[in-house]
Amino acid sequence: MGVAIVAANWAVVVYLGEVMAAHEVRSAPFDVGLVLFGVAASLLLFPAIKAVLTAGRARAAAAEQDVIAARVHGTAARTWCWYTFGYAAAIVIILLMALLIVANDVAVGRTFFYLPLMYDSFWLVLRAFWVNVYICVIAEVLVLIWGLAVAIARLLPGKPARPVRLIATAYADVFRGLPAIITIYLVAFGLALAGLPIVRDLPLSSLAIFALTLTYGAYVAEVYRAGIESIHWSQTAAARSLGLSFLQTLRFVVVPQAVRRIIPPLLNDFIGLQKDTALVQVVGIIDAFNQSKIVASNKFNLSAVTTVGILFVLFTIPQTRFVDRLLARERRRTQAGG
Amino acid sequence: MPLLEVKEVAKRFGPHQVLEGLNLEVEEHQVVCLIGASGCGKSTLLRCINGLEEIQAGEIRLQGDRVTGPGVDLNALRRDVGIVFQSFNLFPHMTVMENVTLAPIRVLGMARAEAEERALALLKRIGLEQKAMEYPDRLSGGQQQRVAITRALAMEPMLLLLDEITSALDPELVSEVLSIVRDLAKEGMTMLLATHEMGFAREVASKVCFLSGGVVHEEGPPDQIFGNPAKERTRAFLKRIIEAGRL
Repeated sequence: MGVAIVAANWAVVVYLGEVMAAHEVRSAPFDVGLVLFGVAASLLLFPAIKAVLTAGRARAAAAEQDVIAARVHGTAARTWCWYTFGYAAAIVIILLMALLIVANDVAVGRTFFYLPLMYDSFWLVLRAFWVNVYICVIAEVLVLIWGLAVAIARLLPGKPARPVRLIATAYADVFRGLPAIITIYLVAFGLALAGLPIVRDLPLSSLAIFALTLTYGAYVAEVYRAGIESIHWSQTAAARSLGLSFLQTLRFVVVPQAVRRIIPPLLNDFIGLQKDTALVQVVGIIDAFNQSKIVASNKFNLSAVTTVGILFVLFTIPQTRFVDRLLARERRRTQAGG
Repeated sequence: MPLLEVKEVAKRFGPHQVLEGLNLEVEEHQVVCLIGASGCGKSTLLRCINGLEEIQAGEIRLQGDRVTGPGVDLNALRRDVGIVFQSFNLFPHMTVMENVTLAPIRVLGMARAEAEERALALLKRIGLEQKAMEYPDRLSGGQQQRVAITRALAMEPMLLLLDEITSALDPELVSEVLSIVRDLAKEGMTMLLATHEMGFAREVASKVCFLSGGVVHEEGPPDQIFGNPAKERTRAFLKRIIEAGRL
């Protein structure tokens, strides 16, 4: 087994040579980077050789009828084999991606990552990205409030509240089912077209925010509802037994605990919302995606769109980390052994 | 007039009849202990008195006022009747201080400063004033239950219901909770408690009620119930308790 892996390793190093050859047209820093990567990939030989050596030791021990030593060395050899497999797989994937980029005389690389164009269009695209940020931040605030209102409407107790519950349920069903792009299209174009007073004079982006709030309010209402229902009934019993009313119990006891629990799924929906701000281009708002499409059709190159993609990814990563830390801090504060 | 009157109360969970026309009276300053096998309806009765469960028949009166059936302000009732649960049910997202002051501030409309001052005095009595700013999960079970009692006392209830408050505690933590109940009994707090601590019931109770078959099967002063029970079922129940070494 060890021998097979060493062979695979050599194949990997040969791949690397090809890639480096293809890239010799490029500048010196690239070459340095590639050489470093080549050296790092060659380190794969270390676990591979270790695997072969320990496997040999295991065989020797087995020949001498030393079962325990054979077992120990055999386990070690297997572990080294897994190391070799794992790292080899990672290297192969990276190299395949590199090969894809340089394939067809670096055509892929030039189409998606043409640096001069990315550089030239960067500020234009970044300024347009502000529209996405603006839309998603305002929509998120509205969604938080609207989603909670809908969730509470769905949870109201008793027969008198039944029609309200039904309407809230119908709303959630309809807007979770409607694709966001259609909601945006219908709301932003339709409401303007219908010529309603006030609405008629609103900027398109406000209508888009309204449409996204409708869509994501339905999602978030469900998240809130699940969170509220996940709080054990004994908490409600304790609060009601102290004389707190239904709404006071929700406000002071249930919702604060539910919100802590739903932060991760909520962030999920928010990231979805942030990405869906790219859909507002269907009604002609010049957001980052629309702007980059203009650049792309002028220059016949998609690199500006790649910039938008990178901006979206960079925008979401810090939020994820922030929420992780927030939750960890909360746990340390309220739980034992912190 | 008794402080609490329970008259012919029936409570059903689906097809399962838990209380079948139960009668009970608690006088002011009395400590009444409910004993009986698990599932005999002790906890259910307490929850009905607090309005946490609806009853199907009969009525419950507090100071002569009907507190069950239509037109009753349950929130008002609960201001006067406190309950402490087996599993503490403290609010985990609030500090001890916030747990104790929530209801006085939000329900009684007390000023925050006043509520905190009173809460601190109450916490001092149970020796937990240093824990006022801690979160419940950082306290031991016994401490949590003492805070839960304090939370109920902060509303100055005229009647305190205790629902097997030591059943979820490790044995070595039971006494610190019971000693608080003992102090409250000495101060004249009217209490109705469901308990499996027979020794404690015998010590503090003014009256012991043995629940069986959804009714109070036998009641009387603790010495009579524990020492010389009149009914067969009571004797059988106590025999099992004694065999288990719990009395």
